[in-house]
Amino acid sequence: MARERMIDTTAEAAKTPELDQPYAELGLKDDEYARIREILGRRPTEAELAMYSVMWSEHCSYKSSKVHLKYFGETTTEEMRTRLLAGIGENAGVVDIGDGWAVTFKVESHNHPSYVEPHQGAATGVGGIVRDIMAMGARPIAVADPLRFGAAEAEDTRRVVRGVVDGIGHYGNCLGLPNVGGELVFDSSYNGNPLVNALCVGAMRSEDLHLAHASGTGNKVILFGARTGLDGIGGVSVLASETFEGDETSGGRKKLPSVQVGDPFTEKVLIECCLEVIRAGIVVGIQDLGGAGLSCATSELASAGDGGMRVELDRVPLRAKDMTPAEVLSSESQERMCAVVAPEHVDAFLAVCAKWDVTATEIGAVTDGDNLVITWHGETVVDVPPRTVAHDGPVYQRPVQRPESQDALQANTSASLARPDDLRRTVLEMLAAPNLAAKRWVTDQYDRYVRGGTVLAQPADSGMVRVDEQTGRGISVATDCNSRFVALDPYEGARLALAEAYRNVACGGATPLAVSDCLNFGSPEDPGVMWQFREAVRGIADGCAELGIPVTGGNVSFYNQTGSTAILPTPVVAVLGVIDDVDRRIPAGIGTETGETLLLLGETRDEFDGSEWARVAHGHLGGLPPKADLAWEKLLGEILVAGSRDGMISAAHDVADGGLIQAVIEMALIGQTGARVLLDPDQDPFVQLFAESAGRAVVAVPRSEELRFTEMCTARGLPWRKTGVVDAESGSLEIQGVAEFSLTELAETWNATLPRLFD
Amino acid sequence: MRIGVITFPGSLDDGDVVRAVRRCEAEAVPLWHGDAELHGVDAVVVPGGFSYGDYLRCGAIARFAPVMGPVLEAAAGGMPVLGICNGFQILCEAGLLPGALTRNAGLHYVCRDQWLRVENTRTAWSTRYEPGAEILVPIKHGEGNYQADKETIAALEAENRIVFRYIEENPNGSRADIAGICSANGRVLGLMPHPEHAIDPLTGPSDDGLGMFYSALDSLVKVTNE
Repeated sequence: MARERMIDTTAEAAKTPELDQPYAELGLKDDEYARIREILGRRPTEAELAMYSVMWSEHCSYKSSKVHLKYFGETTTEEMRTRLLAGIGENAGVVDIGDGWAVTFKVESHNHPSYVEPHQGAATGVGGIVRDIMAMGARPIAVADPLRFGAAEAEDTRRVVRGVVDGIGHYGNCLGLPNVGGELVFDSSYNGNPLVNALCVGAMRSEDLHLAHASGTGNKVILFGARTGLDGIGGVSVLASETFEGDETSGGRKKLPSVQVGDPFTEKVLIECCLEVIRAGIVVGIQDLGGAGLSCATSELASAGDGGMRVELDRVPLRAKDMTPAEVLSSESQERMCAVVAPEHVDAFLAVCAKWDVTATEIGAVTDGDNLVITWHGETVVDVPPRTVAHDGPVYQRPVQRPESQDALQANTSASLARPDDLRRTVLEMLAAPNLAAKRWVTDQYDRYVRGGTVLAQPADSGMVRVDEQTGRGISVATDCNSRFVALDPYEGARLALAEAYRNVACGGATPLAVSDCLNFGSPEDPGVMWQFREAVRGIADGCAELGIPVTGGNVSFYNQTGSTAILPTPVVAVLGVIDDVDRRIPAGIGTETGETLLLLGETRDEFDGSEWARVAHGHLGGLPPKADLAWEKLLGEILVAGSRDGMISAAHDVADGGLIQAVIEMALIGQTGARVLLDPDQDPFVQLFAESAGRAVVAVPRSEELRFTEMCTARGLPWRKTGVVDAESGSLEIQGVAEFSLTELAETWNATLPRLFD
Repeated sequence: MRIGVITFPGSLDDGDVVRAVRRCEAEAVPLWHGDAELHGVDAVVVPGGFSYGDYLRCGAIARFAPVMGPVLEAAAGGMPVLGICNGFQILCEAGLLPGALTRNAGLHYVCRDQWLRVENTRTAWSTRYEPGAEILVPIKHGEGNYQADKETIAALEAENRIVFRYIEENPNGSRADIAGICSANGRVLGLMPHPEHAIDPLTGPSDDGLGMFYSALDSLVKVTNE
């Protein structure tokens, strides 16, 4: 039965200035609501209120983080920008990698939905980041997922892990994008708040860079992809004065859960469709519909152009009956994109959409006015200056205060913790710990082969894919964050995260080029959390300046907490690297050459605060993180790249969580080749095996190259030490004078943990 | 030699098959799911992916695609046809091969490097292998658990139509460790593993997959010469 619904128009709003509006329920503060009235010179309509409230939310407006994020721009020099084709402010930064190729990459969080509904939450996280990359005109070429879950043995972790991994696999595998890496970390601080971050890399010819613009009066606005339904509307539903029983397509209006449902097949054809229209040169601008749906897409497109925009909202193809204009604007239905197309290209555009069976509808046009005007069956429901919605949101100066507990945390060092007598047992206990165990249970559920260009993937330090089949040019990407280090010292911890991701890219033989981040923190209303946030931002930005590579974009996720307890501060850092020929990538496994020497590059200090050993053996977190020396990291990176270029290194692995022995065991197990580890008689074996000092890597060099390589290290001032030999015949790993293990024993220990917990 | 590679909406490994065909110096001809003819190709590959999203049963919609009509006709005439992963599922649904692929025994999607034994080297797609050769090829699927009734399995065994078998570990619960089977005349082959991802040790675990494409080219040369 058809229902008449009062539509709140701009004319109605002008007539009824005193109408009581539910702005507080939509998350707007008194002064924010007053400002909207001031901008418009009247009260907002229901649809306008919906747009402002969602676009001025923390998620869309970065209102708490903005004042701190400015620091990234302030610390980026012209020299660091030389390879940047687009930077922060666009959907994702774009970097020139040479041979006429440009690469874009971004990490986004989908934390809260993934706790409520792990499968769909994680799946739609993949979908969203992929559309972000497409909005730059790039073909998505690889994905990776930094994941953090509650304690591995905690009751609810199994549900969340299984759902998230299944969701990422289900969605990502259907898109035909290789999953090349990511992270898997368990910590009880994530018990009620997992972190599901998704990274996507895209590539394009430099000349195809398409920014989200809506220039050119008369150009058409086309919405294409899935239909719009009631999903993800969340807070806006308070605007609806009535609710009904029934499902979405009947006359009733069932409230859908706030987590959206993804359809990877629709996304896959949307990808192909987008790439075809971009290749054909028939789009002026292109924009994804993610959080805040059409509210975001129309206001951002319009404010990026040079005119206004008119949208006939009733033309939007709907999946649900009786949706109000506010709901259509706020819907977060997945798999939708918006394009601006010149009138003469509209037919060609629609033909491509028809070929791929993608629904496409002209919903409006670029005008020569100043405002974004949205009509509903001929009546104006929105008439706003688009910048005020998209960019001029509120900016908060939240209180920042170093927590009083920080001193006590740093004073409680690991020095008093009892150290083990039985190192053999400790090696096995560490190897089986959930954070150090093999991640195959997760990564075997993802397709790493599709597109045929993957040359490195988990368990390698970085994921590497070929971009140009003729020249062999490729990119590499790694993400890292040891949130325990960040908790102990947010500034140093963030620099350590950057250092590790940088090192991981270099370990594959690629040159680090650019940084993106996903900053996961607790509530910004907590001054202690804001202090962690500010320090971490400064740590990453200062670190990037030292390394000479720019931050090209990022994402902030606040309110990650259970009750009043925040997660460990987790600024995930992603580093993108380039390699001119993927054929010279360095694998992580030993045994590819006969007769290799293992060298430890860097210096090992007695650093155990925040280490994996302190967690596994004592459940301890306190003290100060290891020192990060970025000049040193840069030198180490240069040596690794030089070693790869001159064929001096046959395998390399970063030394981080679990220390030297964890790195060597992984190199042996990946390469299925035995080795003998030689320790320095002048240093405590426990420290040598398990300390987590930064700036270190283990490399395998063919014996014929050993002298040349070590002389290069010495000449450039990088400390090195011969730490073992590869022993292909032995089938075992021997730590001389300490213990011996068969590779079978190590493999079983390493591989058993995750299947035991989650199968 | 012209080898057609079909793209359905949702196909994923079509580009990878094209690369593999070109590596063997044959011509790869893209075929669209809506095509009513095969554009004069000498062989057809139905690649992996999720045709039309595979929301019903894998391959159940794709078998009705316009391009499948001429594929069935060509197969009846002896044209070599290879179905990889989703392609195998489609060939089973289309009736070119017996049996069905069901959910993996562990219920998880599995992506890993898998050892196979070549059991029959007399099909259009396997003559380049030594009898009993062990090859390393990636698998990546959620529904690769081959099932058929006892009589069918017995017939496949008796007629030597099990072309590839999983060795070391059965990754999905397939009956008789079946990784790939062929038609009675040995011209149509379906397998779950991905030979197109084993053409170069740089991007795959080996180049063992090339043998399948070279075999097809050999068989075509023989047909042409006869």
